[in-house]
Amino acid sequence: MSMKPRIAQKIAFSILFLATLLVVMPVLIILGIIVAKGASAISWDFLFSMPRDGMTAGGIFPAILGTLYLVLGAILFAVPLGVMAAIYLVEYASDNRLSRLIKLAIVNLAGVPSVVYGLFGLGIFVTFFGFGASILAGSLTLGIMILPVIITSSREALESVPRHFRMVSLSLGASRWQTIRHSVIPHALPGILTGMILGLGRAAGETAPILFTVAAFYLPRLPQSIYDQTMALPYHLYVISTQVPGIAENIRYGTALVLLSLVLLLNLAAIILRSRFRRKKKW
Amino acid sequence: MVVSDPKFSIRSLTIQYGRHVALRDISLDIRAHEIFTIIGPANSGKTTFLHSLNRLIDLVPISRCSGQITLDGQDIRRDLEVEALRRKVGIVFALPLPLPISLYENIVYGLRMQGVRDKSRLDAALEKSLREAYLWDEVKDRLDMPAMNLSGGQQQRLCMARILAGEPDVLLFDEPTSGLDPISTAKIEDTLVELKSRYTIILVTNNVAQAARVGDRTAFFLMGDLIEVSDTQKMYTVPADTRTGDYITGKFG
Repeated sequence: MSMKPRIAQKIAFSILFLATLLVVMPVLIILGIIVAKGASAISWDFLFSMPRDGMTAGGIFPAILGTLYLVLGAILFAVPLGVMAAIYLVEYASDNRLSRLIKLAIVNLAGVPSVVYGLFGLGIFVTFFGFGASILAGSLTLGIMILPVIITSSREALESVPRHFRMVSLSLGASRWQTIRHSVIPHALPGILTGMILGLGRAAGETAPILFTVAAFYLPRLPQSIYDQTMALPYHLYVISTQVPGIAENIRYGTALVLLSLVLLLNLAAIILRSRFRRKKKW
Repeated sequence: MVVSDPKFSIRSLTIQYGRHVALRDISLDIRAHEIFTIIGPANSGKTTFLHSLNRLIDLVPISRCSGQITLDGQDIRRDLEVEALRRKVGIVFALPLPLPISLYENIVYGLRMQGVRDKSRLDAALEKSLREAYLWDEVKDRLDMPAMNLSGGQQQRLCMARILAGEPDVLLFDEPTSGLDPISTAKIEDTLVELKSRYTIILVTNNVAQAARVGDRTAFFLMGDLIEVSDTQKMYTVPADTRTGDYITGKFG
């Protein structure tokens, strides 16, 4: 005996809807808990002052500032490098074994666990290049970690520029570089920017890559140069949650809320940018 | 067919994509200041032929390209830089393809790429080319509007003006009216005849009647072979090859 199709359909839709709901639930619950427990800690003082009394009181300003420095450093390093590599891969590299190998390597780079980047950064930047545990070493490590994101999204942005823009530009006597410069990159820019912001969010949130390369447990003063260590939000959260006893719950959750808000804001910016770009383009 | 002092001279041109022979041993001459029309069914190599004249063919991976093409006696691969060649030999594509920038910037794009910065020179070239393409009166008050906002026929005339701004010698048209209504088509055809005195025009068309209306001489391509080339009037009255006659009268294609 078989069910009536209408009933079967209703059951199928209900199950699919429930599955979707289950996916959304954890996000909402996490957000809810963090906001409920952390919102009371958020104040001007919390955001803009130094920690006091063994981090049990005061603010998290050095960690926020440190994360901003690290993210900025990672972007300054990874965006030019990644965008240039993407331009080369899309516009110049012919489809041969070498270029396929490079593309494969980039895809694999995206799958490397972040703690491996941390070890890599320790070996290369901290030890080999002798930068020590520093903002420089941490930024470079984070930069390498987000390179695949930047390259992949830049490649997609460049590839989505219609082929005929290039053909028209070349047919008007522009050189290949002029064509890329004037008729491809400007139209790929919003997509490239989106990738940049996604990379930014990732760099802001990761703990493992900065663990061995830059992050300090506690510093009584702000970093003075790129060769100094710094505190950073993800690592600070780890420290006050597991390493230091007696820290008030709302400080821990407040820190998480700040970090989460930072990353969500960045992602939101990426989404808005992308949708505005989609609406604007007419080809 | 050999003519004296040709604009373009094509000798034994063979182009192959993978196993597919797109053009097989094509030899023909194109005179200065004529409208040379090329007809033939789909996939007969018309566009490939056109794209080989300004080396747009270089953009696609071809497996074999042999033969020689000269423009005013200069080998287009040996004696000319590709950018210079493309400035001399402008092309209008089957679909209107404005760049997603303003009308003004579309027209002066080629000049800007040559390094022309002088605003008065750009303005002069803009007005001259828009007048030549019979678009000036329709757009002179809104040169800063996005080119994509023009109608299809206007866009195609914009594309004509865009190549004219670079002061080319030869104009290539690849089925320029295939996406246009009859009135826009008539305007483009009138413009072609008008432009003949100043430029050499090569027109690929899938519209047999269009070739008859505007052509001085016509070539018939079939499956990569040049079947016949002769004066348009003659081809349409007494074709030398029965296949030409069959195609013109609509028996196939």
